[in-house]
Amino acid sequence: MSLTPVAPAGASSPAGPAVVPRDRRLAKRRADWRRRRLVLILMSPWIVGFTVFFGYPLVMSAYLSFNHYDLLSPPRWVGLANYRYLFTIDPQVWTAIKNTIWIMVIMVPAQVLFAFGLALMVARARRGIGFFRTVFYLPALAPPVAATLGFVYLLNPSTGPVNTILGHLGIQGPLWFNSTAWAKPSLVLLALWGIGNTMVIFLAAVIDVPRHLLESAELDGANALQRLRWVTLPIISPVILFSVVLGVILALQYFTQAYVAAAIAGGQASQAGENINALGYPEDSTLFYPVLLYQHGFNDFQMGYASAMAMVLLAVAFALTLVIVINSRKWVHQAVPR
Amino acid sequence: MRRTGAAFVLLAFLAAAAAMAATAGGAHRASPIKLSVWAYWSPGTHELTSFDKLVAEYQKNHPEVKISVVGGVDDNKIVAAIRSGTAPDIVSSGNSYNVANYCRTGGWIDLAPYMKRDHISASLFPKAPQYYTQFNGTRCALPLLADDYGLYYNKALFKKAGITHPPKTISELTADAKKLTVRGSNGSFKVVGLDPVIGWYENVPERWIQQFGGKFVDSQGHAILSKDPAWTTWAKWQKALVDWYGYNNLVRWQTGAGDEFSASQAFENGKVAMNLDGEWRVAFIQHEHPNLQYATAPMPVADNHPELYGSGYINGTIIGIPRGGKHQDEAWNLVKYLTTNSHFLAQFSNLIRNVPTTTASLTSPEIKPDAHFSTFLKIFGNSHSSTSPIMASGNAFTNLVQNFFTKWQAGGVKDLPSGLKSLDKQLDAQVAQAGGGGGVP
Repeated sequence: MSLTPVAPAGASSPAGPAVVPRDRRLAKRRADWRRRRLVLILMSPWIVGFTVFFGYPLVMSAYLSFNHYDLLSPPRWVGLANYRYLFTIDPQVWTAIKNTIWIMVIMVPAQVLFAFGLALMVARARRGIGFFRTVFYLPALAPPVAATLGFVYLLNPSTGPVNTILGHLGIQGPLWFNSTAWAKPSLVLLALWGIGNTMVIFLAAVIDVPRHLLESAELDGANALQRLRWVTLPIISPVILFSVVLGVILALQYFTQAYVAAAIAGGQASQAGENINALGYPEDSTLFYPVLLYQHGFNDFQMGYASAMAMVLLAVAFALTLVIVINSRKWVHQAVPR
Repeated sequence: MRRTGAAFVLLAFLAAAAAMAATAGGAHRASPIKLSVWAYWSPGTHELTSFDKLVAEYQKNHPEVKISVVGGVDDNKIVAAIRSGTAPDIVSSGNSYNVANYCRTGGWIDLAPYMKRDHISASLFPKAPQYYTQFNGTRCALPLLADDYGLYYNKALFKKAGITHPPKTISELTADAKKLTVRGSNGSFKVVGLDPVIGWYENVPERWIQQFGGKFVDSQGHAILSKDPAWTTWAKWQKALVDWYGYNNLVRWQTGAGDEFSASQAFENGKVAMNLDGEWRVAFIQHEHPNLQYATAPMPVADNHPELYGSGYINGTIIGIPRGGKHQDEAWNLVKYLTTNSHFLAQFSNLIRNVPTTTASLTSPEIKPDAHFSTFLKIFGNSHSSTSPIMASGNAFTNLVQNFFTKWQAGGVKDLPSGLKSLDKQLDAQVAQAGGGGGVP
């Protein structure tokens, strides 16, 4: 720190050697402030966006979770009542949790394996890699609502082309989205069809595996499976981690496809809006946690309770991500040899 | 002289002021108050077109207002608009399930002061619409035509099966349903006699239980589905019929039966011989399949409740004034006209074949006679006709009941009595969680 003597207040600074460091210090402060200001200005769109669209809703959601709030009258403090109802009474919440766990445990690994498998196949193609990459990526461009509508049509048990073809082969196709046993697997099929984004990421990682390492392993006598296990997988493990974390978070927030599929397959889009009970059709088999949250918040106008559900979801997402990331230290190779 | 001049100037000033005031008044008349009405009917439907047409008639006689009607508005949009202070002057909802939320929060304003001022009594309306437009005594809505439910049956298929009259009891209904069902060579259904699956088209518990005399809640507002034997009787009958068809067979058939609100609807195309449906289907058939040979009748009733025959479940469109509306007096005048004017109600009923909601308009000479539709007018006037309870938890209450019976019919509930007991507890807890209140229709 500078030991520059400070002139008494009110006294004019005498010209001399002591003034120069002070001016420098002031100039440095000004420069620091200018830099900080510039950083703040450059970051301001993000700060505003974060505060308005994330920070404020998060704080409000936490506050509302301790209130009875019907959207039309002021929030009324109810303490832990919403959480108590959530964990001990709500008859649908455990079904929703089970469904969400199912989709997380089945869909996420299926997506990762399928995307990885596709990437390996496309990477091995000697010709037309661009063509295959485009073909497999294209479905990812379809809006989720349109894609779901298309799948519900394709898999219509009576009139859909899939069951019609199966019928010609002498097989009675399943009820797909209209069956409690098949509704979730149908959603998994839909997710696998739209796997393009993950596939492209895996493809980039697979192509990026250093050739000399694969060749060395081959010279050491490693077969294709061993090269995959001991060379490719360790090198792309950060990408696997990324896909798993993202997949888990998206599975916890799984909503659009389930909502659309249930509404269309349920056929309950009543004109009078009376049968809005299609959420989760059939028999709550597609009632995922976010769908139930939506139902309570926007159909039943119990926004306080929906906020409590949202807070629990946030905590679970955070905890799961933490567990995966901590656990990943055992299997993710951060340093890639060149 | 000077005084005369001053008086002249003063007179001239007053004359000019009077002229300006008159001009201003003229300008006021030239720019009528804009009233915005939100309706749930979808844009392009004959319901919204008809509503528009009749509202234009009101506007013609009331040049002081200019009315714009916006269709396709659901309860979510209404609530969002009220919250953001951008609510229109008048709102309507397709049913009364959320009226508790609107009335107790003041989201829709209390209409009692206006009704008192204009000597409008709620007794203008029959018991059911009187009930489903208020919550715990606060009347924040009025009925704008009603829906009631009856039996549609295909006369040609009846004749082919040798059935001469519509069923009046559940036993007759079951026998006819089986007799009318035609299976193809591969076991699929060519014609389904009656599809009782909950969730299909208009099949929801509240519409069926009416015919069994079942009640949802006691006088204290506690759920009594496990205590009222009507629920068990209905549930067992419904499941037995579903099992006769095979649940999966019916579901498979439904996926090809056609959309409910399109020309491909199953009853309109002879795929189902008998169907529980609302009175509006008369107009749909008229528009889409005018040559269909069909008739209407009240829904059959439980064998031990013959006195209920002729009654049915009632609900319908409700209309009110949202909080924050800018022209509440003018809005009330229009709401009053739309809900109490016999001429309007009769005309609107003629166009969309919904039931007019005042007792007087039920017998209005302006209502076009129609044998199919008259069934529903009689159901509406029947003293046993009723509606579902308006509870604090709103739509969630009937949804929870529906969820239970949807699982039951698919075989997901092994023990009906204990399932119903648990349902009662859940319903009570749900109502308490929503703030409590509500009760018997």
